[in-house]
Amino acid sequence: MSDNLEALLTQALHALANATDLTSLDDVRVHYLGKKGIFTAQMKELGRLEPEQRREAGQVINQAKEAFQEALDAKKIELEQAALLARLANERIDVTLAGRGQSVGGLHPVTTTLRRINKIFASVGFQVVEGPEIEDDYHNFEALNIPAHHPARAMHDTFYFDAHRVLRTHTSPVQIRVMESEKPPLKVIAPGRVYRCDSDITHTPMFHQVEGFLVDTNVSFADLKGVVYEFLRAFFEKDIQVRFRPSYFPFTEPSAEVDIECVMCGGEGCRVCSHTGWLEVMGCGMIHPEVFKSVNIDSETYSGFAFGMGVERLAMLRYGINDLRLFFENDLKFLQQFN
Amino acid sequence: MKISETWLRTYVNPALSTEQLVAQITMAGLEVDAVEPVAAQFSGVVVGEVLETAQHPDADKLRVCRVNVGEAEPLQIVCGAANVRSGLKIPASVIGAVLPGDFKIKKSKLRGVESFGMLCSAKELGLVAEAEGLMELPADAPVGVDIREYLQLNDNSIEVDLTPNRADCLSVEGVAREIAVLNQLTLAITDIQAATVTSTEKLAVHVDAPQACPRYLGRIISGVNNHAQTPLWMQERLRRSGLRSLSALVDVTNYVLLELGQPLHVFDAQKLQGDIHVRYANKGETLELLNAQTITLTDNHLVIADDKKLLALAGVMGGNESAVDNNTQTVFLECAFFAPLAIAGKARHFGLHTDSSHRFERGVDFELQHRAIERATQLILDICGGSAGDITAVSSQADLPKREPIVLREAKLTQILGMAFESQAVSDILTRLGLHVSVQADGWKVIPPSFRFDIAIEADLIEEIARIHGYNNLPNNQILVRSCLNEATESVIDLERIKDLLVDSGYQEAITYSFIDEPMQKTIAPSAQFIRLQNPISAELAVMRTTLWGGLLNAALHNTNRQQTRVRLFESGLRFVQQQGETHQEKMLAGLALGNVNSEQWGEKTRLVDFFDVKADIEAIFALTGVSVDFVAEEHETLHPGQSAKIVSKTGDVVGWLGMLHPTLESQLGFETPVFLFELAQEILLKKQHARFKSLSKFPSVSRDLALLVKEDVTSGDIIASIASCEEPLLQEAVIFDVYRGRGVDENYKSVALRLVLQNQTQTLTDTEIDAIVSTFLETLTRQTGAKLRD
Repeated sequence: MSDNLEALLTQALHALANATDLTSLDDVRVHYLGKKGIFTAQMKELGRLEPEQRREAGQVINQAKEAFQEALDAKKIELEQAALLARLANERIDVTLAGRGQSVGGLHPVTTTLRRINKIFASVGFQVVEGPEIEDDYHNFEALNIPAHHPARAMHDTFYFDAHRVLRTHTSPVQIRVMESEKPPLKVIAPGRVYRCDSDITHTPMFHQVEGFLVDTNVSFADLKGVVYEFLRAFFEKDIQVRFRPSYFPFTEPSAEVDIECVMCGGEGCRVCSHTGWLEVMGCGMIHPEVFKSVNIDSETYSGFAFGMGVERLAMLRYGINDLRLFFENDLKFLQQFN
Repeated sequence: MKISETWLRTYVNPALSTEQLVAQITMAGLEVDAVEPVAAQFSGVVVGEVLETAQHPDADKLRVCRVNVGEAEPLQIVCGAANVRSGLKIPASVIGAVLPGDFKIKKSKLRGVESFGMLCSAKELGLVAEAEGLMELPADAPVGVDIREYLQLNDNSIEVDLTPNRADCLSVEGVAREIAVLNQLTLAITDIQAATVTSTEKLAVHVDAPQACPRYLGRIISGVNNHAQTPLWMQERLRRSGLRSLSALVDVTNYVLLELGQPLHVFDAQKLQGDIHVRYANKGETLELLNAQTITLTDNHLVIADDKKLLALAGVMGGNESAVDNNTQTVFLECAFFAPLAIAGKARHFGLHTDSSHRFERGVDFELQHRAIERATQLILDICGGSAGDITAVSSQADLPKREPIVLREAKLTQILGMAFESQAVSDILTRLGLHVSVQADGWKVIPPSFRFDIAIEADLIEEIARIHGYNNLPNNQILVRSCLNEATESVIDLERIKDLLVDSGYQEAITYSFIDEPMQKTIAPSAQFIRLQNPISAELAVMRTTLWGGLLNAALHNTNRQQTRVRLFESGLRFVQQQGETHQEKMLAGLALGNVNSEQWGEKTRLVDFFDVKADIEAIFALTGVSVDFVAEEHETLHPGQSAKIVSKTGDVVGWLGMLHPTLESQLGFETPVFLFELAQEILLKKQHARFKSLSKFPSVSRDLALLVKEDVTSGDIIASIASCEEPLLQEAVIFDVYRGRGVDENYKSVALRLVLQNQTQTLTDTEIDAIVSTFLETLTRQTGAKLRD
């Protein structure tokens, strides 16, 4: 290589080394390799040489150009790396800061409980039906075999509007309404608000019930027991002890109360179960022939069972809530616990 | 009902512990609510006899007694009770005794005199809450015997919560009868002898209402002493059943009520004038009851009267005027069977509930009256002395309850209970229950006893078999039910899906009472007609809500009063609207938002929630259901007049309202930031059009932006409606993407930026076509809204 070119290359490499970013690097590239660059000018000079000299001189220039190009590429990679590192460092954020924008709300625990109940029964084909909350005396009482002055009416603490209209005291009137309009086989659950004129630490004047019933040919008490057992096990996700106790409802015969082993103490006895080890969770029974009569279903052909449960009660047991009144205060600190 | 276990076991005594016995009757349908010891824990107390008493030398109120406690030597005990006297038998605690509350009796000195024990009151033994003086024991109490043994204090009060159908168990004998059935034991019932009639005194009885009173028995007992002390054993049995001892005569009637389940009443015969009448009251007649309450009667109230006045509200409570007192010498003892329907509801009508009405309403054994009156007579004669007159009995056989035969078919029994029973087992259960049973080819024919009012049809018998066999011994079937496939509808969207959407938008679900206080109702819906509860539980919960906003506002206040600055709530449920005398129960979905648009955070500029934030939440709901609606600017009495929208469906139905709570109400209710409210009718909201596929265009879409200058009163809705009115089939979308006021735009004008997107199914649109369409839009806009293109 000619001394001239060697000096040129040294100068070019020096310029490369001095480039601090990609822009100045490109300036260096253009200065040496651009259309009017120094190496390009050298190549143009070749034309003036003798052909045999041209070849040798060309080789020398090319060697110098290649050396420069190689150094340029390396420098470019180096500067790109540095630029990327600088950007990454620059763009560092505090990933522990909270996400931006809206937070998510939640459902009321009564709704969550109702949904679970509905889902369990829907899985075997029960349909969800709703009914009015202001009911007439007939559907709330008479048709359910609770005539006026029946002692069972005293158990209900009814809110009245006038002689004929009440706030429904249970969801059982839905049973009547469905059987009036549809023919068996019937598999229905009826969730909703119910009202009793009662308010203290364990009673609120409004609460929720789920009524369920099934009417078909050949339905037996054994079927009722099976459904109730399986429901309670599904609801509590546990193979809990269940017992059936004779009881009395005017609209079922035989009638039963259903107790489960106390979910708080596992049946050992505690304050929640009044030290009995058992908790009453629902009432049920075989639909009374008088009820079938009032809706014109032949009780010789059909039989059926019905059951009713308090939703707040189940929610309290499920989530360990110790005060019924919290359900209707709608304190966000309460509600947000179930989100 | 509370009864003593020891008393119960005198009738029937199965080899079961208290716990087992209680579990057994609970599982037979006689639910036991509580078992409580009849006395507190104590020891070392024996029957003592006060031999002599002497005045304490240094204390006026103290006596120094010599007391025989059955030891070789009498004890010296200092006592301050007023009723201490020689010859008296009392509970005496000796040194080493431990009284309730772990109170140990030691040798002590009272004002310098040594005392070797303590004489006790009933209160000190934990038998009663209050007592005056020493507990006086009968003269025949055996000295030295442990008082717990003597008074049978190792006993429990068993509280049974009976269902209304089991009136037959409202007595010790009734519960014992049930226990005998369950354990296959024989019941030892109380032997009752007819009293010897030694008096000729008698009252005539006229029953004018035999349907209501099919049987009435009465007798005079003269020469009684109502000062007589009720025997301790009777006092104790009453106490263990939760009744206080009042006077000998009243105690006897209460005792027989508990023992047999028959309510009785004693009148002071000297206060009666003429004959006894059982009749309906005349409208407006008044009667002062034993509890000093004066009631005004109507002609459906059954009463007991003499020739001049009312004596008692039949089956409920006696009158004050004819009541026995300390000076009573002659009584008229009443023992009747009143028909349940004649008594039902009568006590409650006057706000009363008595042991008597409780039993008559549910059904008293109508064959019991002779036994019961003889039992009460026997006890009165034993305790108060006197001589009994003959029983006057008026019965109307035709009006007594009937016990018709009932057939129980074996096939039905098997079908309903899901298992087959041995024929002999069924006969056996029914017979033990006191039914008259005859076996038939396909089952059994039975006649229920007079004490059962709850056995009338086949299903009742099936229940009895199940009950005695044990519900838990009946089979359980795996669910096996006929099913049909339920529809998976697309015409109605599940409310739950919409709730989930609101939850995802940051709302918390609330459940508030359906009733609300009247002032709040009137404040938030002054012109709405509401329906009022006849018997509200409190003024705060007195009228039915006509909007869900009341409950949500109350819930929001509950939270803002507890340092919550951001509240988002929704609720679904019925509202109750009165229209032309009709009550409409409408399903609504309502929501409320106040405070910052986002919960406390760092990333966005903090600002309060506004109309459009909440509108977006509602629009998201409509996007789900596919219902297209218009938000029409319209005033609402609850809302800010400039920030309220009526939401109307394309078919003209009002879906609901959205707006800011009126600033006047905002401050009146106590809010410190604006509150946004919405309420939507579920019926319209949940209707859904299921999707219909349209083929996709292969050709490019073109968008054109227009900057329109319109007057302030032209709404965004007007502009969109004007575009829509052109019914241009190629128009895919018309969106307002900016609204500008200020420099370059005249006062009272605004600049609205509108983007139009056009697309053809079959070809690429040419500029000429596009310009033609856009100029049609512009012409229409200018004509309808006065809009001009901004230069």
